Parts: sequence; C-alpha cells; structure tokens
Amino acid sequence: MLTLLIIEQVLNGLQFGVMLFLMAAGLTLIFGVMGLINLAHGSLYMVGAFAAAWVAGATGSFLLALIAALAAAAAAGALVEVLVIRRLYKAAHLDQVLATFALILIFSEGTRWIFGSFPLFLDVPSYLSGPITLPGGIAYPLYRLVLIGIGIAVALGLWWLTARTRLGIQIRAGENDREMIAALGVDISRLYTLVFALGAALAGLAGALVGAIQSVQVGMGEPVLILAFVVIVIGGIGSIRGAFVGAMLVGLTDTLGGVFLPELFKLFMESGAATQTGSSLASMSVYILMSIVLIWRPSGLFGVRA
Amino acid sequence: MIREGVINWAILLGLVALPLWAVFADEIFTITLTTRVVILALAAVGLNIALGIGGMVSFGHAAFFGLGGYAMGILAYHAQTYAALDFGIVEIEGTKSMPVIWLVATAISALAAWLIGLLSLRTTGVYFIMITLAFGQMFYYFAISWGAYGGEDGLSIYVRNGFPGLNTLVPIQFFGLCFVALCVALILQWRLRGSSFGLTLNAARQTPERVETVGLNPMKLKLLAFVISGAITGLAGALFADLNRFVSPAMFSWQLSGELIILIIIGGVGRLMGPVIGAMIFVALEHWLGGLTDFWHVYLGAILLFIVLFSRGGVIGFLTGKEGPHV
Amino acid sequence: MASKTRLGCQNREKTMKNVLLATAAAAVMAAPALADIKVGMITTLSGGGAGLGVDVRDGFMLAIQQSGRDDIEVVIEDDQRKPDIAVQLADKMVQSEKVDVLTGIIWSNLAMAVVPSVTAQGKFYLSPNAGPSPLAGKGCHENYFNVAWQNDNLHEAAGSYANTAGYSNSFIMAPNYPAGTDALTGYKRMFEGEVANEVYTKLGQTDYAAEIAQIRASGADSVYFFLPGGMGISFLKQYAGSGVDLPVVGPAFSFDQGILQAVGDAALGVVNTSQWNKDIDNPTNAAFVESFQAAYGRLPSLYASQGFDTANLLISAVEAADVSDAGAFRDALRAADFDSTRGDFAFGSNHHPVQTIYAREVIKEGDVFTNKIIGKALENHSDAYAGECKM
Repeated sequence: MLTLLIIEQVLNGLQFGVMLFLMAAGLTLIFGVMGLINLAHGSLYMVGAFAAAWVAGATGSFLLALIAALAAAAAAGALVEVLVIRRLYKAAHLDQVLATFALILIFSEGTRWIFGSFPLFLDVPSYLSGPITLPGGIAYPLYRLVLIGIGIAVALGLWWLTARTRLGIQIRAGENDREMIAALGVDISRLYTLVFALGAALAGLAGALVGAIQSVQVGMGEPVLILAFVVIVIGGIGSIRGAFVGAMLVGLTDTLGGVFLPELFKLFMESGAATQTGSSLASMSVYILMSIVLIWRPSGLFGVRA
Repeated sequence: MIREGVINWAILLGLVALPLWAVFADEIFTITLTTRVVILALAAVGLNIALGIGGMVSFGHAAFFGLGGYAMGILAYHAQTYAALDFGIVEIEGTKSMPVIWLVATAISALAAWLIGLLSLRTTGVYFIMITLAFGQMFYYFAISWGAYGGEDGLSIYVRNGFPGLNTLVPIQFFGLCFVALCVALILQWRLRGSSFGLTLNAARQTPERVETVGLNPMKLKLLAFVISGAITGLAGALFADLNRFVSPAMFSWQLSGELIILIIIGGVGRLMGPVIGAMIFVALEHWLGGLTDFWHVYLGAILLFIVLFSRGGVIGFLTGKEGPHV
Repeated sequence: MASKTRLGCQNREKTMKNVLLATAAAAVMAAPALADIKVGMITTLSGGGAGLGVDVRDGFMLAIQQSGRDDIEVVIEDDQRKPDIAVQLADKMVQSEKVDVLTGIIWSNLAMAVVPSVTAQGKFYLSPNAGPSPLAGKGCHENYFNVAWQNDNLHEAAGSYANTAGYSNSFIMAPNYPAGTDALTGYKRMFEGEVANEVYTKLGQTDYAAEIAQIRASGADSVYFFLPGGMGISFLKQYAGSGVDLPVVGPAFSFDQGILQAVGDAALGVVNTSQWNKDIDNPTNAAFVESFQAAYGRLPSLYASQGFDTANLLISAVEAADVSDAGAFRDALRAADFDSTRGDFAFGSNHHPVQTIYAREVIKEGDVFTNKIIGKALENHSDAYAGECKM
C-alpha cells in the first residue's frame, strides 16, 4: 500500500512539475534572450485559461479551447511586447519589474471587467476524464497522465527548436551577442516579438490545461508565477534544461513534502501538532530548497551567468 | 529644471504642513493617511539604502517589515494578557512602551538581515532578487501557520502603545513621532551616502574588483548596508503595526516587498527623497482612485506604466531632468 | 423604480446616493425621517475574492432600495481583502465619514482587525459574513451583532449530518489557518464517528492530487472538507476525475451560487450545510429571490441573503429608535424585529444567531446548478462560545 501511495504521489509531483515547466520555459527563454524580468507572465497564464473557458463554453470543444488559449496568449504576448516591453529591453531590471507589475494590475482587473467577479467553468473533456488503472493496480486520473505527456512533448519540442532549427540558432546567438546577430542581418526586433509570443503561448497553454482541473479565476496566475521564478532560478536562468530539472525538483518537493512531512513528524510528536508543524514546514519547503541550491551554486544548477 | 535640494525641502515641508492643516480643519483621517505615508516612506528609505546605494535589489524586505510588526504585536499582546513570554530558560514580560518595542524590533530585524544577507550575498543580480524573495516567503508561511499568535487572522492590539511624555492616541502626536523617525533615517541615509563607507559601497556596486584591490572587502560593506537597511525597515514595521493597532502575515507578503520597491522606483532610485515622494504618490493614488471605480487597479496600472516609460529616474528624475543611477 | 442595471454595475459612493434619492423620489414616500443614519460598508470588491463582497453589497443595497428610505446613507469601500487596508478604511469611516454603523467585512481575519477597535469607539458593527470565535466568546461586545453565523456553525451542522447519514469514519481536510482549524474542530465537535485522517492543506493551494491519493489510501467512508472559494472548485473537479467515490460533505462556502457554475457536474449530488437556501419556504425569501434575480440577472447566493438580512435588521432598528440614543438602538437591534429570508430570526445572548441549519444537495435546474434542501442538520442551534461571553 505504501509503495503504491509513493508511486502515485511521485506521479502527482511529476505532473505538477511539467506544468510548472510550461510556465518556466517561457520565462527563462524571455530572460535568456532579452534579459527581461517578466512579472506579467502569470497574467498570460490567466489569459490562456479564460480564453479556453470562454471558447469551451461557446463551442463545447476542448481542442478548440486549447487552440484558443494558445492563440489568445500569443496574441496578448505579442501585443504587450510591441506596445510596452520593447521599450524596456535597455532599461534597468527595476524598471522592468515596475512596468510588468503594472501590466499584472491591468490584466487582472481588465479580465474581471470583461468576465465578471465569479470563477469560470472549464472541465476535462469526457474522453479524457476518469481514472485508468496502471500496472501495479494504481487507479490514476487519465487527464493527469495526458498532462505529463504533453509537458514532456513540449520539453522535447523546445529542445529540438533550440538545438536543431534556424530559429533556435538565432535564439542562442541572441543570448550570447545581440549586436553580432543584428549585424548578420537577423531582424532582431522580429525575433524578440516571436520569442515573447512563444513564451506567452506556452504560459497560455499551461493555464488552459491546468484550468480544466482547477479554478479559472482572476489572480490565478500569481502563485504559479512565483513558483515559476523559483524554478528558473534553481535551474539557472536562461537554461531550458535547467528549467526542466528545476520544475521537476520543485514539483516533487512540494507534493511529497506536503504528504510525507506531517507523517514524518508524527513519528516523534503528538498527532495534531505534528500535522500542523509538518504542514507549515511543507509550505516553506520549496523556498528552503531554493535557498539551499543558491547557497551551494549561486547561479543555479545549470546557470552560466548571473 | 528644478534643483533636487529645493524639491527635497518642498516635500518635507508639505509633509508637515498637510497634517497641521488637518488638525485645524478637523480632518483627522488626513493625519492618519499622512502617517501611513511617513511610515511606508521610512520602510522604503530602509530598502533604498540596500537598493539605491548598495545596488542590492531585495525582493524580501517584507521579512523585516513583518518582523518589526510582530515584535510589536507579540510584546504588546503579552502585556495585554499579562502573560510573560516563556523561552524555557528565561521569562520576559510584555511591554506597551514604544522605545522598548522599537529597540527590540530593530535588533531582531538587524539580526535577521545579517543572517539573510550572509547567505544571500553569495548571489548577485536576479538570483539575489529571488533568494531574498524566498526568505520573505518562508517568514510568510511560517507566520500563517503559527497559531499561537493568530496565524493568518493576525493579532489585534486594542490600545496604541505609549511613548513617555506623549499621548500617542492623539493622531497628530503619533504622526510627530513617526515623522521624527523618518527624519532621523533620512539624515542617516544622507550621511551614509556622503561618507567614505557610502562611497566605497557605491564603488563596490559598480566595480567590486576595484574595491577589493585597495584591500577592502566589498562583501562586508554590503552586508553592513543590508543590516542597516533591514533594521530601518523593521522599525517602520513596528510603527505600521502601531498605526493599525494590528499585525498580520500580510506584512510578510511578497506583494508588500514589491510595493516597497515600487515606492522607490516611482520616486527615483537612489535619491534621498525618492522613497518619500514615492510613498506620497502611491498612497494618494490608492486613496483617490479607489473612490472612483471598482476597477481602479486598471488605472493605477496605467499610471505606473506611464511613469516607467516616460520618466526614467522616477518623479525626482523627471523634475530635475537628470536620470538616476542604474541598478 | 430606480434603474435596475445601475445597481448592478458601479454603485460607488456618489452613484449610490443618487440611486437612493431616485428610489425615494420614485416611491414618492412622504414618511418623515426619524433621523439620518450613515452606514459604512467595508467589503471585498476587487481581486480574486470579489464575488463574495459583490454579493453581500448587492443583497444589502437591494434591501435598502426596497425600503424606500432616504434617510440611510451608505458609503461603500473596497478592502482588497487586505487587513491593513480594512483597518485604514475603518479609520476613515469613523474619523472622516463619521458613520454610525459599520458592516460588510467578508473574511474573519479582516473582521478581527477591524471589529474590536470600531466597537470600542462606540460604533455599531453588523457582520454580514465573518463570525470568528473570539468575537462570539471572550471578545464579544454589546455593539457587535452577527447576522450570518458563528464560524463553527456550518461545520457543526455537517458533523451532525454525517451522523444521521450513518458515516462512521471521516477523512477531514481544511487549509492550514485559523478558520481551517476552527472548521475541523467544529466538525469533530458534533461528529460521533472516527476520524481516519486530519489533513491541513496550504492556504490558496490549487492542486489536491496528493490529498486525494491520501483519501484513497485512508480507508474512510466519507470525506469532509472546508475549502472556500477557488480552492473548493479545484478540489471538487479533481476529486470527480479521480475515481474515488466516497461521499463528500462540505459547508455551503464551496457550493454557493457564485461558484457552483464553475464546478459544474463535479458538484452534483454533494450534500452541504447552510443556514439559507433559495427554496426556504416563506414570503420574504420568495420575494427576495425574485427581486434579486430581477435586479441583477442572477440567482442570489447565501452571501447575498446575508447582506439582505443585515440591511433589513438595520432598517428595523432605524424604524424603532434613533441611532444617537445608543442604548435604545442597541435594544432595537437585539430585538431583531424584521422579516428574515431564513424565516424566524433571533439573537442569542452573545448577539449571534440562534438558527436552523439545513442540509442541501446540489442539483441542476435546467442549465443552472443550484441547491435543494433535503433536511435539517441542526435546529435552533447557538454556538459553543456563547457561555464565555460576558456582556
């Protein structure tokens, strides 16, 4: 029984991890290529979820909803990049923080203005709902397995994109030397818009996928945003590989910590107090993990530069 | 363009004149609001020492703000319930005396800043921003689940703490106390910037190698600046708690850390009076816009965006026509 | 009548006065005002928790509008769900607006920050939602009236319902914060069976896969959870997809009208406890449900009913006494001589309701998810703290 529980929790941790990866990949790309701290990334996640909920409500198709999420988030991302972000590349990090914080305010209350104050409905499509039985007799929700699959597919796709395509070469070159690739005739501002829209689309996809099993509401992006930052910092900023490893670490730590820390404390404490202490330590565990990693490796696991 | 010195004096004068006018016009709430400005400004002055002079962008200053607040909350709570604080070995009586509370608040915040700084200063840039955030979040989640002092409900202190010779329940007298604290911090910031310590710190921010070659340890300088910074923000936290007669984990939240940074950016990074004018504008916007529409955050966002895009160097930079230092 | 849509969208301070004046003019009532009374409403109108505040405000304003009185002025402010903002607004209400009565706060932690200080300053506070235990027990105050419930009430009712449903082993779960601890305490106070496991989740947690796995492994025969707002939506959706089919019981907070549509089929058939439902059979309630729908184009939630009752309690007191005579006004409030949407309404010794709490089941009416009463969980129920209150 205990082994089964552990396996199931590890799967849960992985699923949480791959969703964090979708968020973190965009953040780390944008930081790596443009050197931009984008606090509004969580808003793009929310835009994706709302677009999906709206389209699913209107058409009843989950696939269309996912496409709408990708499109809406990419469009919102591109729009924001052209109107605001573009002016911030040369600015200090602090100005970027303030500007993208302002964007959060506008996105959140703007969404509430359009969709109202109540959460929206978005559900798992019937062909993906319900549990399936894994080898070993674990009943596990099919949808969550699909999420893990999508996450890994996106990770592979991103690896292929950066390692094997022309765009990927431009992106990697952009990380190293902006002036040089501009001199080589690459339209740098178009590249930037493209990368930003790509990152936004990934966030939107994550929002829609997660929205189906969580609550689609204003402000849903901020907690994920903070965790996604934790992920990219642990992994090393700018590194897709780092984001993947970081996301897995954070996903597993958070999930397993929440379940097993209270049990651990029960070994030597009275039950009620153990649950309380264990739970509070579990909510801090991700941040403890991050500070340990940074104290050990000040530029993250796969980071090259600060 | 106006000289920065003129602007600075005008701001200070305005900050005193407004509540004095309010006393005569019997607009008590204006005094409360100005006191809030002064306290937030004090917290931001603390952060500005780390951020503006030392180049350390701390996204976790809420940790010190909250520690100061809880120092006040816990001491006053024990005085209120006549139950001594039991540390196992020693018992400490609670207190309702502001000077004692301030001392404890600054000492504890300084200690925390020393520990956090010691660990965080191994990193730089965005990593520093994020590790300080992580420490802030740890305090936040700890405070939420710490049932003994109210957890997420927070702690209410029913009567404001006392200061010898003053009646702190009178809004203008409490304002005076906070204003003096702000002035002391401003003078400290000003002296610090002009001192050899401040100059070396500034040099360490730009080229740490150069400071090292003349035999100074940039690490130690930065750590000291971080400790002073944390202590001042902690004091502000204690005052903030006394203004509201209430503390809660919200004082530890990352949004608060963000707000402090925003105050500084609005005013102008590294400027002496940047935090003060930033706090004035932020509180005024919050107050007036909130009365106009339910969706006032949209307008606040638009105004903040405008400030970043069109006035580099914050409001003071805009008025003086000079950009501030880049961080 | 005054325009209906106007109430729904942007009733800020200024608009509010206009609406009230328009209402009064339209009703052409010549009732001489006893005295003008000013009410300060501090509630959550922006951010993720805004749905609850909007409902309380809309219910409250509907009652004021229907009364046709022009002598009640309501000032509304948004606390953004931040305790320090709420405290600051309370200062503003007392010092600047000089209100006589305060109301509106949704969250217990905000109420704890505001209520003791405003009642100590001699103002009245009528709570339309939060009922933290200290304010019902040792920290009770003669000027504090709770029109909704003491926080433990609905959880106690759930425990009592679980007994009648024949559950003997519950898995119980709540966020790790004081209201969460109170919730589980309330449930255990009434529940006579065993507790298989007691789990505290992170506040604001959105993924419950780990907890659901624990439920599966626990060997319990029922699940009790207190996860307000978005947390409950997430849990129910994930629980429905997990294949675990133990019966679930919860308080009304995860099943109110505002969020049921977002949960969808996952909530169907779940039993939850509430002191109010739209099918409680009395004329006041029927009229309230109908007029609320007409005015705002949506079904009322329990929060809206609480706002509506709070305003009617206030109006009944204004009719009976002058607010400047605090003693008489307090007696008028204590008498609670108004028509409640819950039927008979009475305060206990600690100014908290003594009321019947129902078990409801989530059903689908056409396209709309809503609740139906299936029985009484607790009758004439007070709270566990009344004895500690020395007034």
